[in-house]
Amino acid sequence: MSDAFVEVEHVDLAYDDVSGNAIEDVTLSMQEHEFIAVVGPSGCGKSTFMKLCSGLRRASKGSVMVGGRAVSGPLKIVGMAFQNATLLPWRTALDNVLLPLEIVEPYRSNFNRSRETYARKAIELLRSVGLEGYEHRFPWELSGGMQQRVSICRALVHEPKLLLLDEPFAALDAFTREELWCTLRDLWTRHRFTVVLVTHDLREATFLADTVYVMSKRPGRILARRAIDLPRPRELDAIYTDHFAEIVRELRERIGRIRSA
Amino acid sequence: MAARQRRLEAWAPWLVLAALLILWELICRVFHVSDFIFPAPSAIVASLSQYAGPISGHALQTFWTTMAGFAIGVVVGVLLGVLVGSSRLMYRTLYPLMVGFNSVPKSALVPVLVVWFGIGTIPAILTAFVICFFPITVNVATGLATIEPELEDVLRALGASRTDVLLKIGLPRSLPYFFASLKVAITLAFIGTVVSETVASNDGIGYLMMSAGSQMRMPLVFAGLVVISVMAIAMYEVFAVLERRLTGWATRGMDARA
Repeated sequence: MSDAFVEVEHVDLAYDDVSGNAIEDVTLSMQEHEFIAVVGPSGCGKSTFMKLCSGLRRASKGSVMVGGRAVSGPLKIVGMAFQNATLLPWRTALDNVLLPLEIVEPYRSNFNRSRETYARKAIELLRSVGLEGYEHRFPWELSGGMQQRVSICRALVHEPKLLLLDEPFAALDAFTREELWCTLRDLWTRHRFTVVLVTHDLREATFLADTVYVMSKRPGRILARRAIDLPRPRELDAIYTDHFAEIVRELRERIGRIRSA
Repeated sequence: MAARQRRLEAWAPWLVLAALLILWELICRVFHVSDFIFPAPSAIVASLSQYAGPISGHALQTFWTTMAGFAIGVVVGVLLGVLVGSSRLMYRTLYPLMVGFNSVPKSALVPVLVVWFGIGTIPAILTAFVICFFPITVNVATGLATIEPELEDVLRALGASRTDVLLKIGLPRSLPYFFASLKVAITLAFIGTVVSETVASNDGIGYLMMSAGSQMRMPLVFAGLVVISVMAIAMYEVFAVLERRLTGWATRGMDARA
């Protein structure tokens, strides 16, 4: 397991002394380019797990290694997107996507000099998610699905090695959600970053991930690990196969057991 | 239809103003109200033109005094707002103090300022300043304190410093709040100046109204009132225009309807 990209070992995390552990004894490892999904009931510490991977939160106990180094602060090689697109309303789609490049090195120091190059790159990225012609629109002029696409582009523009997604499609309607699954699948296929997807949606997890982890309710522990053996590339049709339904039902049963326990 | 509606909306305030003035004039004439009690608009206008020279001198004094106090208020207000809005500790420490200070009637401060600085321009500037900085501070602080935590996470995960977050998100985000507060603050600053001039000055519209009032020259008092309102409304409009120019993204709904 020494070649793992992300290695989480026996990690506890408590936000303060009073409320107890948000997650407890979490152990998992991810290979580079792996796509994992974390599912579980509400408030089970899935988002906490994400903050742990990004370096925004330190583990109270145990160790988190990313890329062979212990995590001790913000990682800069991560990109994040959330349920809300959290775009800046005073910036156009393009300028929103460029934001990380104004923050993170090595882009930051030559941002003004290379703005043209970066803008071309950002426009290219926006095109690849189907937003050609919307680069100079403001967020409020875009639909919810388009805003979420911009948000994902913003998370990817600095070519992060680790993409952290916290229920990114939860606020979208079913059809838009399925479209964005494919968008994410294609981006991941092309750029080969590592993904942690936190979600409630078992079909989403099954369709996209290589491995699904099921978390218990608070304090969150990992109860099960399920490798998804569906062949890639996966098309939306795969959702309607028996094998797919079987995996989803299996995951669903585990969640059901947590809830009734 | 839409064009007519829009024209009506543009003219409506002026029509109402004209109607009010006509009504006012009529009441004064029909009931023979004395100028010493309640001057008719015509008497006020006459007084305005008769004393145009002295009035404009005093108006200029009031105007630049207000602007000086307002400028200090903006600088102090923004700095305090940034301080209070970006740190929980500062918020807990300073906010109760500022609320307490703000609840002191500012007119009660004027005698104190007079003892310290003598009568004239300086107490007027200071009164305008202390009366107008608070709304600016509160608004800037609110804008900063209500940043979505997720947005901050996105930047912090990239290694952004607190200054980065402030410059890239905090300040642009609080701009609409800031401009909203400027519109309140500028009118307050005029009040501060005039209050101070009324009590302790030999210059400015406040002094003019005070001395005209003591001589029972009511049309001149009202002329002073008119001049102050016109200046305050003009400055308000200046900031309203700036607001629309710079933070159109925040009021797009209103613009679409207007």
